[in-house]
Amino acid sequence: MSSDGSSGSDFERFRVTFFEECNEILADLEVHLTQLQEEALDVEGLNAVFRAAHSIKAGAGAFGFTRLVTFTHSFEALLDKLRDGQIEQSPHIADVLIRGGDILAELVTAAQEEREVAADFTAPILAEIAEVMDEGGGAAAVASAAAAAVGPASAADVEPNGPRSWQITLAPGPDLFKNATEPLLLIRELQGLGDLIVRCNSDALPTLRRMDPELSYLGWVFTLESTCTRQDIQEVFEFVDDTCSIDIEDVTGRTPRATTSQEEEDGFGLFEPLESDSAPEAGMAQAEGGQPAPAPPVGAARAPAAAAAGAPASKPAAASSIRVELNRIDRLVNTVGELVITQAMLSQELGELADYLGRQPIAGQEALAALTRELQECVMAIRMQPVKSVFARMPRLVRDLSGKLGKKINLRMSGEHTEVDKTIIEELADPLTHMIRNSIDHGMEMPADRVAVGKPEEGTIELSAAHVGGNIVISVSDDGAGINRERVLRKAMEKGIVPADAVLSDHEIDELIFAPGFSTADQVTDISGRGVGMDVVRRNIMGIGGRIQVTSHPARGTRFNLLIPLTLAVLDGMIVAVGNQRYILPITSIVESFRPDPTQLRFLDDRTQLVSIRGEFIRIIKLCDLFHVPDAVHDPARGLVVLVEVAGGGKVGIVVDELIGQQQIVIKSLNDNFDPVEGISGATILGNGKVALILDIEQLAIMRADVSSGRLPPDPGPAALVAAE
Amino acid sequence: MQTDMHAAQADASAAIAMGSGHASADTAPEPCQFISFTLGDDEYAIDIMAVREIKGWTDTTPLPNQPAHVLGVLNLRGAIVPIMDLRSRFGQGMTETTPMHVVIIVNVGERTFGILVDAVSDILTVEPAEIKGVPDNDRTGSEAYLSGIINADHGMVVVLSLRELFQ
Repeated sequence: MSSDGSSGSDFERFRVTFFEECNEILADLEVHLTQLQEEALDVEGLNAVFRAAHSIKAGAGAFGFTRLVTFTHSFEALLDKLRDGQIEQSPHIADVLIRGGDILAELVTAAQEEREVAADFTAPILAEIAEVMDEGGGAAAVASAAAAAVGPASAADVEPNGPRSWQITLAPGPDLFKNATEPLLLIRELQGLGDLIVRCNSDALPTLRRMDPELSYLGWVFTLESTCTRQDIQEVFEFVDDTCSIDIEDVTGRTPRATTSQEEEDGFGLFEPLESDSAPEAGMAQAEGGQPAPAPPVGAARAPAAAAAGAPASKPAAASSIRVELNRIDRLVNTVGELVITQAMLSQELGELADYLGRQPIAGQEALAALTRELQECVMAIRMQPVKSVFARMPRLVRDLSGKLGKKINLRMSGEHTEVDKTIIEELADPLTHMIRNSIDHGMEMPADRVAVGKPEEGTIELSAAHVGGNIVISVSDDGAGINRERVLRKAMEKGIVPADAVLSDHEIDELIFAPGFSTADQVTDISGRGVGMDVVRRNIMGIGGRIQVTSHPARGTRFNLLIPLTLAVLDGMIVAVGNQRYILPITSIVESFRPDPTQLRFLDDRTQLVSIRGEFIRIIKLCDLFHVPDAVHDPARGLVVLVEVAGGGKVGIVVDELIGQQQIVIKSLNDNFDPVEGISGATILGNGKVALILDIEQLAIMRADVSSGRLPPDPGPAALVAAE
Repeated sequence: MQTDMHAAQADASAAIAMGSGHASADTAPEPCQFISFTLGDDEYAIDIMAVREIKGWTDTTPLPNQPAHVLGVLNLRGAIVPIMDLRSRFGQGMTETTPMHVVIIVNVGERTFGILVDAVSDILTVEPAEIKGVPDNDRTGSEAYLSGIINADHGMVVVLSLRELFQ
């Protein structure tokens, strides 16, 4: 309906905006519903939930997603009754609302993906909503919601056919006229139903100077004496349902109320603050809130925005953020990345020039460097978002799973406001979900077992985030049973992950849970999956340049620590020289570097060399061999060994000629224009404009393993390796 | 013979359409433009629409464990672009690079890469009909990258399909 007169691409754009907003709204809704689970919501909380549902309804109406409209309408009706106090909040209602929220999210997703949901998908929850409303709010309320919902739960119209008094409150949204709605026609139609008394509510009308002639400011209260049914009245307003607040009340036998019900209009901004001086401001803020968007011919895309802006809690300050497409920011980040590189180049050249001329460094050079650095930080900050968006999904997960498994678990979260790059946030959701599932399924004991060992019946899972240096540390800890090392080791041996006679330290056993294909659940559950668990988590975390560690104490619990870089776009790198080549090692994985004494070195066979340091024996990786770099230092005792940490907490020593220096580097993809190269995770551009490759330590370790496990011909000299390509 | 000719022309047109989206086989024949370059004594041509820029040779950063013709990557205004030695790709040994050598940066499909050649010689404008098929008597699968031959004033110019060459 709303695409009339607007070009397809405009429509598509508004549609995208709508779903973006929906997802934000749903996230917000989730937060409140989670809170609802703990305690009854205050008026503000209920208003927020109501607003969320209403905003979605308004937008969905504009885009013609009828299923969504129908459902949100019922959802909203229930919330409305709760706000009015007509229904008491109860755990049961909380449950209905939470499940309703799930359904709502599913409907939004379905609409976004343009797929149909099953016809009876919403029926059970709608029936429940009708039921709880029936219990608390009286038959009229149910009939209102159910009839409006046109849901399967729609109760038969129980009202008798005698003459009745209806009080109808119509509070149009500010965009009424933009939708080409003429209130007069509605009034005439109502008149056709019976005796009509019309009162106009002009309280929200601002002074002439402040009035926007294109917005609607008037509301009406109708008193209708008629034999018609609620349904008949609703039909009159059928087409303005999305943009107006309509309240139909059966006041038969009652003295018509003198004033409009304040509560009924809550959430529609315009008329709500009748008694306060801020009414005109609210109206104006709303108008301004709507302005920046290019005005569509119909109210389509503005409807959600206006509905949100019109909410009572909204203040003019709402305009303090803007919505920007991520790829624009990416472009900005890239361009600034270029600038940083160019500045480094320039600085180097200018330095040389100054030396050549025997003069002081050229003026402005340092200021330029400082400004460039600051600019880069600013740009990176744009993409930073609090981890809250991921954390917010977890309480639901804990509640669902603990309920399913009959465990009692309390989730404590801290540091939700810690910020990290948006791209990383997206990558965190899956690993965190899995780790928490894991803690609940494997770590946490049943309540009775906990009591038996003297622990509180309710287990605690703590999820926290904090900044540590250039990284963010996210930890998931539980006070459960800890890793059952005996079982883990047995499983690992059964599965051939470790030799049957292996003797492993506790820490090494704990690390086994990250081994590919490892699963300790005796039964494959739908909760922890099929043993693609923690190894996938580790892979995902490594994929974003992070590390994961586990510590566990029997009977005291398990803690997972994730160490994750703040951004994927830059990296603290150590530039190392091998022959005439320069490579980058991520600083986060470097433990130390040293020049070993020849006595610390020893060959195991002709290709495997070990270095011994402080009682540890560490395998040596020679880049010059793996990458066939000519003129590089071969003997570790004459170069340097850089000790780096690899997955599983192990270490390898990488032999380089020398360390060049530490630098923040801008990560460039190699794979845009070329196939993946083994041992290389990306590239960067150095100050001299040359490309340097970023080493992929995990792969380097495996490459070495491949060679020594004999997958390549027994004597793969450099030539043979090249030929193998 | 007639059929072969048609097939060859379709081949050539496909090569032209590659990376550019202009001229296709069934529109009225429009002149096609090629950039021609030399490799030793031989002259080759590629569709001009695929060419992004032409620059002098600069040192590249080698990529480990790649075929010999992959000379490495260079920084093209912030993008990491691999450079291929065309001579080596043709199995004629590595090019002894000098600053006088030329890298032609091309877009093929989604990717951008550079090909190292001895020198760029000309821009050829030819009617599609002038692009003859490569004789099929000695044509093996590995030579699918030869998409046609143009008879220029100074001799034969072989039209290359870059997509086939570096797929």
